[in-house]
Amino acid sequence: MKRLRSRPLKRSARYKPIGEARFEAALFGRRALAGFVIIVLCLIVLGVRFSFLQVRQHEELAARSDANRVLTRPLAPARGLIYDRNGVLLAENVAAFRLEVTPEQAGDVQATVTRLADVLPVSDDDITRFNALRKRKRSYEGIPLRLKLSEEEIAKFSINRWAFPGVEVVPYLTRSYPLGEEFAHTVGYVGRIDESDLGNLDAGEYAGTTHVGKTGIERSYEARLHGHVGYEKIEVNADHRPLRVLPDRVAPVPGDNLYLSIDSHLQEVTEAAFQGRSGAAVVLDPRNGEVLAMVSVPSFDPNLFVNGISSADYKALLDADNKPLLNRLLRGTYTPGSTMKPFVGLAGLELGLRKPEDTVLSTGEFFIPGQSRAYRDDVRGGFGRVNLTEAIAKSVNTYFYSVSLDMGIDRFSGYLSRFGFGQPTGIDLLGEGSGVLPSREWKRARFNKPWFPGETVIAGIGQGYWVVTPLQLANAVSTFAAHGVPRTPHLLRAVQADGDERPQVLPLAPDQANIIDKPSNWLAVQRGMIAVVDAGTARTMGEGFPYTIAGKTGTAERYSRTDDTWTSISASPIERHQVLFECFTPADDARIAVVVALEAGRSGATDAAPIARKVLDTWLPGDQQRIGTVASADGAAR
Amino acid sequence: MIDEAIAQLRYRVSAAWRKPRLDMPLLGGLLLLMGIGLGTLYSASDLDRGQVISQALRFVLGLTLMAAISRIPPTSLRNWTPWLYAASVVLLVIVVIHGEGRGANRWLDLKVVRFQPSELLKLTMPMMIAWYLNGRPLPPSWATLGIAGALIAIPAGLIAKQPDLGTALLVAGSGAFGIFLSGLAWWRIGLLLAAFAGAVPVGWHFLHDYQKNRVLTLLNPEADPLGNGWHIIQSKIAVGSGGLWGKGWHHGTQSRLEFLPEHTTDFIFSVFAEEWGLVGVLLLLALYVFIIARCLWIAANAKDTYSRLLAGAISMSLFVYVMVNGGMITGMLPVVGVPLPLVSYGGTSAVSLLAGFGVLMSIHAHRRNPGAG
Repeated sequence: MKRLRSRPLKRSARYKPIGEARFEAALFGRRALAGFVIIVLCLIVLGVRFSFLQVRQHEELAARSDANRVLTRPLAPARGLIYDRNGVLLAENVAAFRLEVTPEQAGDVQATVTRLADVLPVSDDDITRFNALRKRKRSYEGIPLRLKLSEEEIAKFSINRWAFPGVEVVPYLTRSYPLGEEFAHTVGYVGRIDESDLGNLDAGEYAGTTHVGKTGIERSYEARLHGHVGYEKIEVNADHRPLRVLPDRVAPVPGDNLYLSIDSHLQEVTEAAFQGRSGAAVVLDPRNGEVLAMVSVPSFDPNLFVNGISSADYKALLDADNKPLLNRLLRGTYTPGSTMKPFVGLAGLELGLRKPEDTVLSTGEFFIPGQSRAYRDDVRGGFGRVNLTEAIAKSVNTYFYSVSLDMGIDRFSGYLSRFGFGQPTGIDLLGEGSGVLPSREWKRARFNKPWFPGETVIAGIGQGYWVVTPLQLANAVSTFAAHGVPRTPHLLRAVQADGDERPQVLPLAPDQANIIDKPSNWLAVQRGMIAVVDAGTARTMGEGFPYTIAGKTGTAERYSRTDDTWTSISASPIERHQVLFECFTPADDARIAVVVALEAGRSGATDAAPIARKVLDTWLPGDQQRIGTVASADGAAR
Repeated sequence: MIDEAIAQLRYRVSAAWRKPRLDMPLLGGLLLLMGIGLGTLYSASDLDRGQVISQALRFVLGLTLMAAISRIPPTSLRNWTPWLYAASVVLLVIVVIHGEGRGANRWLDLKVVRFQPSELLKLTMPMMIAWYLNGRPLPPSWATLGIAGALIAIPAGLIAKQPDLGTALLVAGSGAFGIFLSGLAWWRIGLLLAAFAGAVPVGWHFLHDYQKNRVLTLLNPEADPLGNGWHIIQSKIAVGSGGLWGKGWHHGTQSRLEFLPEHTTDFIFSVFAEEWGLVGVLLLLALYVFIIARCLWIAANAKDTYSRLLAGAISMSLFVYVMVNGGMITGMLPVVGVPLPLVSYGGTSAVSLLAGFGVLMSIHAHRRNPGAG
């Protein structure tokens, strides 16, 4: 045996000694016999099982077969409703009518559908969906062909009813969004279950369901909103026409009602404040991460999508220049510009590169040692010697050029990633973008090029490769406003399960570790942001407001960058810039943080800040009511 | 050159026609089985001629493939084996990476045909095990067993990942039978089975939720009358209501009233049991026993270890199909998508089964006069 094993494989395969071969043949014969005996024994067990069912249990099972005139029909649960934080209805279920075809009773289904198309409008989409559903259903089950029939359509069909056996108008509940456009990018919408959904859904749970959440809250909380299927049993005759509904019915469990943290009044005012200009705004409560308002302008009517949008409507939305379907909150790409300065300044302090009182001389031009290219300030001749507070207040580029250059890109991106830049915030919506936090690794991965110090300099004023989503920026501002405690933004505030008398407020996630090491560093940056609103770039923004506001403007040139040159893509002065404003108030103990981003405008102070002020004015009465006094300590200090 | 090839092809086809290398008892058994399959399908599909004809066409395709494979000498098959095995594993890896298929990634789309590479392994797996053991001293040692185990585990793991547990078990089984037939010592088999039983609780954690559900449903089908439980309850009612003599052809109410799901594919045995009763079931099982016995007889008379192990493993795999499908429809085993061989509606499995029988026919034809043809 040993000798054989050391032989090359192929040889031993071909030239096995005769004795060996005989031995193996005999061995196989014994094994084959043993295998056959085992097989026969197993099949005898199977035969015994069959005889157990077919002889011992025959009478019982035959009786059940005879009684098997009972069909189990699924009962779709009512989808949970969606409210704002004050109980204003955002998504509801309303009664509607649909057209159902029962293949078994209709006979030739394709012909029926073709003839129906002469009476009622039936689109190709309807037919595709109908055929897909038909494969999943039993032939005695009704399959929806058209949803949300108009009264005229119902009347038209009723006249021709006699010609269509097996076709029925069936009442059902359909989803409706009473506030329409205002919540299209947050609540989202449901749509008909299509083939791509079938694989992801539990066939049993969705046996009676026609719609599923496609975007927004409707999608991310699908499991909570859907509820649990119920069923009823129907006795049928031999041709399984229904005779009666049997008493043992299991009622469906409706989905949970969801209460969002959004205040729909604040949402409405915020959206109106944009006056149709493209952009986005996010309003957060820094104390808990609740989203108080979040708008993406322009928007669209989500009701169009519920029962299948016509291709003309869809094409119009898709082709519109201002991209109403784009969720700017989650996937908008904005250059943060000067709104990044407070964070860069904080990084300089926290990394020990600057003390709050350290000053930098702004001459209007900044040079990297040994290079001739000038990086400019906004004012010719510069601002003179400025410390951090002044640099933030007046948005002095030189201060941030110099501190970023000292920091280097690695420490720069390392520190700023603490505020969540370059990664999704983790809000309870799907499809969030990551933006771009400039870093050596990112550039290597994206362009496969090395990093240049000049890119660090412009990154210091929020330009260059920087991309943020409005939600990311708001999350960072809110984290700063909370003295450095990050709280993941979220929309779902409370849940009312079936049977609950009142909605149960969800517990908050435990606080994460504070990301700011020294409170004195925080204070220096906060003073700068207060000065922005008091006497700096956004002077008029806080006038007459009872609380101290801390803020920062951002005005980024709408440049597109080619290799070495910068090209402005728009000439008109009122559209030359991408403008932003970030703020929070009360400055010491913030209860609200606001970020406004506009795709085109003159400057952050003139265009974005007024929108933020409107948000604060709308929010104020409620806040004062909640804290119980109009003249707060904060207001008196001002 | 081309003329020559055509002439050669013509010669071979006419030779195959005049003197087919087919084992008549086995062929007879298979034809009888296919006839029963088509008859049952006609009833189960509610007298849908279209389905019966398309299934018959697949049988014709499978039988042609069988006749073609029967002309290939086992020595050639043996030489190709490692390549065939490697190719099917590569295809499997491609499917795992790029595969498409609803929910489960099993299909490879070659534009012209779509097929499941896992189906190929039902044949190439026992071939590979037979090829490997053919070159080793038998009965196998632990080391041999270890390598054979790896040859089985890699593709079986890939298939299980798709996820297609049923096929993974069939493929792993066909390899394991090869090892069993090679004469692995009984005490080693005992140890392996014990180790396997010990690993079951661990493996449970790797199952998908829907797979766990199927097993749990088996224990208490009434808990889920709309989903998995429905299958088991309705199938048991169909089988049991058939009684001793059955309700008669096309009189099974369970399938006709569509209480029984998948009644032309995985649950066609229930329709057969309902319409032909225990007597029909036992006769059908007897037919399978005959076919398996004939296959094992062919295996025992094969000329070398490779042919023996391959033929033996293929025949024993056939048993697994019958056992798993029968166990499933009687509520003994969980619902896994294993068809009843040559009775269930479906092309891939019919063709791959008949290809396997083609290998058996070849081994039978070349039993005394190796290398001819």
